Order: sequence, then C-alpha cells, then structure tokens
Amino acid sequence: MRAEPSILPLDISGLGYARNGTRLLGGVTLRVRPNRRLIVLGPNGAGKSLLLRLCHGLIEPTEGHVLWALPELASRRQAMVFQKPVMLRRSTRGNLEAALALAGLPRPARRSRSAAAIERFGLAPLATRPARLLSGGEQQRLAMARAWSLRPEVLFLDEPCAQLDPGATRSIEAMIGEFSREGMTIVMTTHDLGQARRLAEDIVFLDRGRLVESGPAETFFREPASEEARAFLAGNLLW
Amino acid sequence: MSLGPFGLAFELIASGDPELMQIIGLSLRVTLTAVAIGCALGLPLGAALALARFPGRSVVVVVFNALMGLPPVVAGLAIYLLLSRSGPLGPLGLLFTPTAMVLAQTILILPIVISLTRSVIEVLWDEYQEQFRSLGSGRIRAVPTLLWDGRFSLLTGVLAGFGRASAEVGAILIVGGNIAGHTRTMTTAITLETSRGNLGLAVALGIILLGLTLSFNALAFGASGWARRVAG
Repeated sequence: MRAEPSILPLDISGLGYARNGTRLLGGVTLRVRPNRRLIVLGPNGAGKSLLLRLCHGLIEPTEGHVLWALPELASRRQAMVFQKPVMLRRSTRGNLEAALALAGLPRPARRSRSAAAIERFGLAPLATRPARLLSGGEQQRLAMARAWSLRPEVLFLDEPCAQLDPGATRSIEAMIGEFSREGMTIVMTTHDLGQARRLAEDIVFLDRGRLVESGPAETFFREPASEEARAFLAGNLLW
Repeated sequence: MSLGPFGLAFELIASGDPELMQIIGLSLRVTLTAVAIGCALGLPLGAALALARFPGRSVVVVVFNALMGLPPVVAGLAIYLLLSRSGPLGPLGLLFTPTAMVLAQTILILPIVISLTRSVIEVLWDEYQEQFRSLGSGRIRAVPTLLWDGRFSLLTGVLAGFGRASAEVGAILIVGGNIAGHTRTMTTAITLETSRGNLGLAVALGIILLGLTLSFNALAFGASGWARRVAG
C-alpha cells in the first residue's frame, strides 16, 4: 500500500470559509502528518465537518489553502466516510462495486477488491441484501469497507459513530485502529470526548469556527492551553 | 338496453378475428417502438438536463415540462409538414407509413420521459453528490449509476409515456392516414368504426386497449414492488 510516494504532509494555512457574508470557519492553520490519528474535536457547530470537507476538496475554501505534498495524486489517495452513510439502491456487494466503478477502477479490480472487502469486514451474510435495508451499524460497516476498498492513504471520517449504538461504535473504532496500524492516516471529527480520548494521537480543537488549539492528544488532555478546551474537557457547555 | 356491441366484441375477441389481431399487432409495434426510442433518447437527455448547468437551463426545463401537454394533433401536424411531399423530409416517402406514426408518438413521449427523468435524477443527485464527488466521480461518470438507482421511479415515466402513446389518436391519424391493413391502429380504428356505427369492433378494440394498459401497469407495479424488496 505504501509503495507509492506519500501525498502527506497536508499543509493547511489560513483556511476559512464564508457563506452569505457569514464566516463559518476562519484562520485554520495546521499540518496533517503521515500515519497519525488526528481527531478534530469540538462542540456541535464548531466547524468540524466543514474543515473535513474543505480538506477533502468537497468545498472550495473562500480563504487560505489546502496543500498536499503531491497534489496530482491527492484526490485518488483519500476517502471519506460520512456521518449518515449514502447507500445506493442496490445490494451490499453492488454498493462496493459501484463505488469502485465511480472511482474509475476497471471491472476485474472492482470484483477482486469488493470480494476482499466483503471477506475482511465480515459482510458475506449481507452481500446480497439491499444496502438501504441494513441496520445503521451495518450500513456504517459497509461505508468503512467501501472507503477501505479504495486503498486510501488518508481517510476522513465525519462523526462516523454519531448515530450508532455502543456495540457498533466499538466495532467502527476497532476498524479505525486496524487501519491506523496498517499505515493509514486518519482524520476524524467527533464531539464525543470519550471517543477522542480512545482514538486520538493528535488533537485539533475547534470552537465557533476557529482553531483554538492543536497538538499531541496526551498534552491536550493533560494540560489544555485554552479556557475553551478546559471548559469542554470539564463537560461544561461552551455557548 | 341492447348488449349487441358487447356481444359482438367478445365474439371478435374470442374468435381471434384476423383484422382485430392485425390492428392490435400494429398498435403494439408502433407504440412499443416509440417508447423504446423515447427511452433511449429521453433517459440520457433527462439525466443530462438534471446535472448540467448552462445559461437558459431553466427555460429548457420549462419548455420540456410544457411539452408534456403538447396536443397530439399539433405534434401530428408538425410531423405532417416535415414529411409531406413538399416538406424537408418529403423525399423519404415516410408519410402515411408506420414509421411516421412511430416518429409522431416518439415526439409525444420524449418530453414526458425527459422531464420525469430530470426530476428523478435531480433528487438522487442531491442525495448522492457528496459521496460521488468524494469517490472522484464527475457528473458524466455518475449518469449510469444514477439512472440505475432511479430505475423504479423512472419506470413510472416510461409507463406514462406508454399510456400517452397508446391512447393517442390525433397525431397518428394525421401522419398515418388510418389506412386499413397498413396504418390502422386501435385508437384510429375505434374512431372510424364508431363513426360508421360498427360498434362491435370499436368496443372490442376499446376492451383490448384498456386491458393492455391495465396489464402493463399491473406488471410494472408487481415488478417494481418485487425489485424494491430485492434492491431496497
């Protein structure tokens, strides 16, 4: 998987986004390093999902830059899993194969990769079931399998467990750990402090559209530098 | 009340009257060909209209929506002018042939298929676009996937097209000429036989036309329900 040169680090400088004159995110500068689990933490409305979409190229920034080390390779070496997974109106296997087709892979590669994903993620009993009739946890497992089958170097996860029960959350977190051990770089948003503690190696803490602090998770949780982070860690409502 | 026309109608149907069968065969051939051409053109065009952004797009959308209600006689007249001896396509000699009837019905079906496809694909694109763009797919590459995922809703559009074409009389009467054994379809025959007072054949054709429409709809409804259970 790592035979190709890395698209990382990802340098984000002065990144911001405004809509209809309202600045929703501004002045975000940070570096995403290879093979790290970076958690974007903050309360609802902090701009976490927006930051992920800007990094992934789904939204054009209105200020600042998103600069990959190898921009020409970047788009096909990253994937994203959304909070509410988009399930096509076809079977589990059909969803995997359609995603690979949309990503431009030839038919033999689609077949072999979807078969590998079905095996790895234990989807065989669900392979012929309509994806939209799966449970929330099963759908998110399929979304993770779909992202994995693209062999990304960087995986963006936007609150992937927000709508899941504890069992399904544990299963998704285990997958994230495995991906990370295999060398994938994880950039994930969450507003769940416990999840951030379990998964983070690095933390980016956002509040009301600005980056409040960032750095190693251990430092952040032990001695947060900002008043907002201290309040958030203490479980207080920020606004 | 006399049951004469109905009795005669059932007798014609039961005996497999050759004239009746010939009319039904031609009607189905013309309409199904028009539906096939309408879908082959209308599905990709509708999808393109849903996904493309260009100046004047909303005008095009409104025009196709309006054309769904195009009066068949007007469509027939336009095709007639095109195909008549002095028209631009006159030398092809297509006027008063089944091909001219297929052409007229295709013109009537096309706006229905285009407009309904556009509406279905727009809704799907709204739901899917973030995921598709994340996968690196542009709008053009997304079209086959969107059409396949919209298949159940699109079937309604295709049926609406079939319904319009099979029930239509004005356009095919003008461009087909209602020539016995050549361009006489169920609807044109019903018009003629009713005016002649030959109600038995007219009623028989009416029953079959209704039966066919019901059968197609029931088949599509059943297939759609089954497919929804299988594909979600």
